[in-house]
Amino acid sequence: MKSDQDLLITRSCSKYGNDPGRVIDILWEIQKSLGCVSYEAMEKIAATINTSRVQIEGIVSFYSFFSETPKGKIIIRLCDDIVDRHAGVEQIAVVFSEELGIGIGQTSPDREFSLEYTPCIGMSDQAPAALVNDVVVTSLTPDSARETARRLKANPDTSKLVAAKGDGNNGHRLINTMVKNNIRLKGEVILADGIQAEAGLKKALSKTPLEVIQEVVESGLRGRGGAGFSTGEKWRLAQKALASKRFVICNADEGEPGTFKDRVLLTERADLIFEGMAIAAYAIGSDSGILYLRAEYAYLRPFLEAVLEERRKSGLLGSAICGKKDFSFDIRIQLGAGAYICGEESALISSCEGLRGEPKNRPPFPVEKGYLSKPTAVNNVETFCCAARIMDRGSSWFAGIGTKASHGTKLLSVSGDCAKPGVYEVPYGVEVAALLEMAGAEDTAIVQVGGASGDMIGRRSFNRKICFSDLATGGAITLFNSSRNVLAIVDYYLEFFAHESCGYCTPCRVGTVFLRERIQKVMHGFADKADLEYLQELGKTIMITSRCGLGSSAPKCVLHSIAQFPLVYSSHLKESLDGLQPGFNIQKALEESRRIAKRKSMIYDPVFGNEGE
Amino acid sequence: MKKKRISTISLAGCFGCHMSLLDIDERILELVKLVEFDRSPVNDLKRFKARCDIGFIEGGCCNEENVHTLRKFRRNCDVLVAVGQCAVMGGLPVMRNAIMHSDDPLRECLETAYLNSPYVYNPTNDIPNDPALPLILDKVYTCAEVVKMDYQIPGCPPSGDILWQAIVALLNGRPSDLPSEVIKFD
Repeated sequence: MKSDQDLLITRSCSKYGNDPGRVIDILWEIQKSLGCVSYEAMEKIAATINTSRVQIEGIVSFYSFFSETPKGKIIIRLCDDIVDRHAGVEQIAVVFSEELGIGIGQTSPDREFSLEYTPCIGMSDQAPAALVNDVVVTSLTPDSARETARRLKANPDTSKLVAAKGDGNNGHRLINTMVKNNIRLKGEVILADGIQAEAGLKKALSKTPLEVIQEVVESGLRGRGGAGFSTGEKWRLAQKALASKRFVICNADEGEPGTFKDRVLLTERADLIFEGMAIAAYAIGSDSGILYLRAEYAYLRPFLEAVLEERRKSGLLGSAICGKKDFSFDIRIQLGAGAYICGEESALISSCEGLRGEPKNRPPFPVEKGYLSKPTAVNNVETFCCAARIMDRGSSWFAGIGTKASHGTKLLSVSGDCAKPGVYEVPYGVEVAALLEMAGAEDTAIVQVGGASGDMIGRRSFNRKICFSDLATGGAITLFNSSRNVLAIVDYYLEFFAHESCGYCTPCRVGTVFLRERIQKVMHGFADKADLEYLQELGKTIMITSRCGLGSSAPKCVLHSIAQFPLVYSSHLKESLDGLQPGFNIQKALEESRRIAKRKSMIYDPVFGNEGE
Repeated sequence: MKKKRISTISLAGCFGCHMSLLDIDERILELVKLVEFDRSPVNDLKRFKARCDIGFIEGGCCNEENVHTLRKFRRNCDVLVAVGQCAVMGGLPVMRNAIMHSDDPLRECLETAYLNSPYVYNPTNDIPNDPALPLILDKVYTCAEVVKMDYQIPGCPPSGDILWQAIVALLNGRPSDLPSEVIKFD
């Protein structure tokens, strides 16, 4: 038994060349075959790839899909996004608990099942959803959950859970999932029908790299992940940096709660993504790329690997691409392991390097020193698609779509309280109100634009526009109707950030917890005006002093909700007239003490008279 | 100008902040020209004689008596000032709040303090539980968690100079002019 494990570890390590940089892949293999990465396994891995056990332990404990203690053969991860909560995931959890006889966070004694919550798995348009190992089950109801649990108990083959396959490539034999694309609106850039395959790449290869970059600069393409940096500028900087090797990374770590458009692109536009990556590689002079795929989308991996293989066969990857002798480029897929922060580009690079997914200090920026300290262009899935289309149709075509300052289209992932959740490709400049109408949303009270880290707006701001100069967004549009509680939503987002903070810098690690404590004080009706001032001041401090984008956007939900929904807050405030804090409960604070000391309070127990003040 | 009435108290603190007050040295003569001490360990008055303008609180709340006293101060003083790290953030006593992953944190805290620590000499193996002892709270609370506080003077302890400056500023109703290096602790 022992030697079996050792053999497995040795084999997994050598499969990745005993490279400490590939430790995440190694850990995935161990986790999958042993159900955990035990301390003995960590020791053995460390010895084999010549690093320390602490280093390995740091990684295992960082990523939520790795565990030190044994998990069940089947891990059911219920998506705990706010949309899923509103769709009733708590009832689903109760059903699974009853059927499997285990609570959330527990593993059954026979080690068949584990049940846990996980942050957004990118299925908000078909919530409530869950991951059963790699298999996605969507639109759960208490009945279908019961059915799922019973079926798994009878037959642990998770692939049997897929009854009706989803539309489009979701039905492909290598994807084979019940996930639906839910494409509601096709724009002319990415989701349009009849896009000519590889036209962009071929046109790009007929130009010089500098001409390609110039074309992208002129198109005005800006990053689609949310930050909105000029893609052409990014490529120019990476191309200019002196180095022997450069990298192209596609950020498919779509972790922002409420976003799922990359899921659809990876399913339906895989070739376009890889085409865009090849164009970027040609432009900056890179010969290797990485697609960083979030662990929640592992079900797409076999398909994506097959697409890559097909491209190699057709001469679109590998050496002498499209017959161009001096251009070779290949892509590997790096599977993440469950960490929101890895969507931040420098954290993503850390993760690709086989480290904890912690952000790096900037400068130097990734375009100067990125993956393995080499210049690296990290772009969003959607950005690569746009780049490929720009090469095909030209920069002026692209610049003609959208608004003056925001060119092209944006894929929006619309979910929450509406009739038609799904992916909408709209030209930049669309008003929120127009979007609500398209989505069949009624009685909308709150729109969260850009997921947890985005902007929260109320009714009087529904005339605002989706574009870089107004509501810049990575694409998540989460809708809430007037029956939803703003404070509960803010509390949810803060819980999410407190959990996903990598813990490196204090303002973010501690600040998010303090913000949440104070928001709960407001919710319980124990807060007064000073608490709101505290929330605003602390929020601003966290935004200024945090090390990366997670901390600098975590307080936004607090600040925006105070600005947008002042009446909700003021209705919860209570001015204390005697100067005592209503949130402090002396009876509760004394409970344990009375029990341990086995006596009553001389001051606060009625037996001895009331509080003698 | 009418003398301001001030009172001071030490709750879950070490009296270090009160000691520090003595470090204002000869300025104490000036202080008594400006203020009259009501309830305070300085004059050993145990009860309020009259309503006070300012109350200075050293230490946070670790037991019921601290809460009781602090609430009395809140009711009897127009302005309440948290003095020193314990009053502001809980200070050393708040370290026991770190015992949070236990099923029975308070018992674990008491057993560690009185029974299990390697340097404890306790032949009777008792945890002190005299009826005269105030009951300990489930955790240490900062002053601001129990009552509204108006000002805070950080430091462990704040130096005599800082206290002097803060008091003078408060008495004159103007902002205290403390250089950042004396109130910045990182």
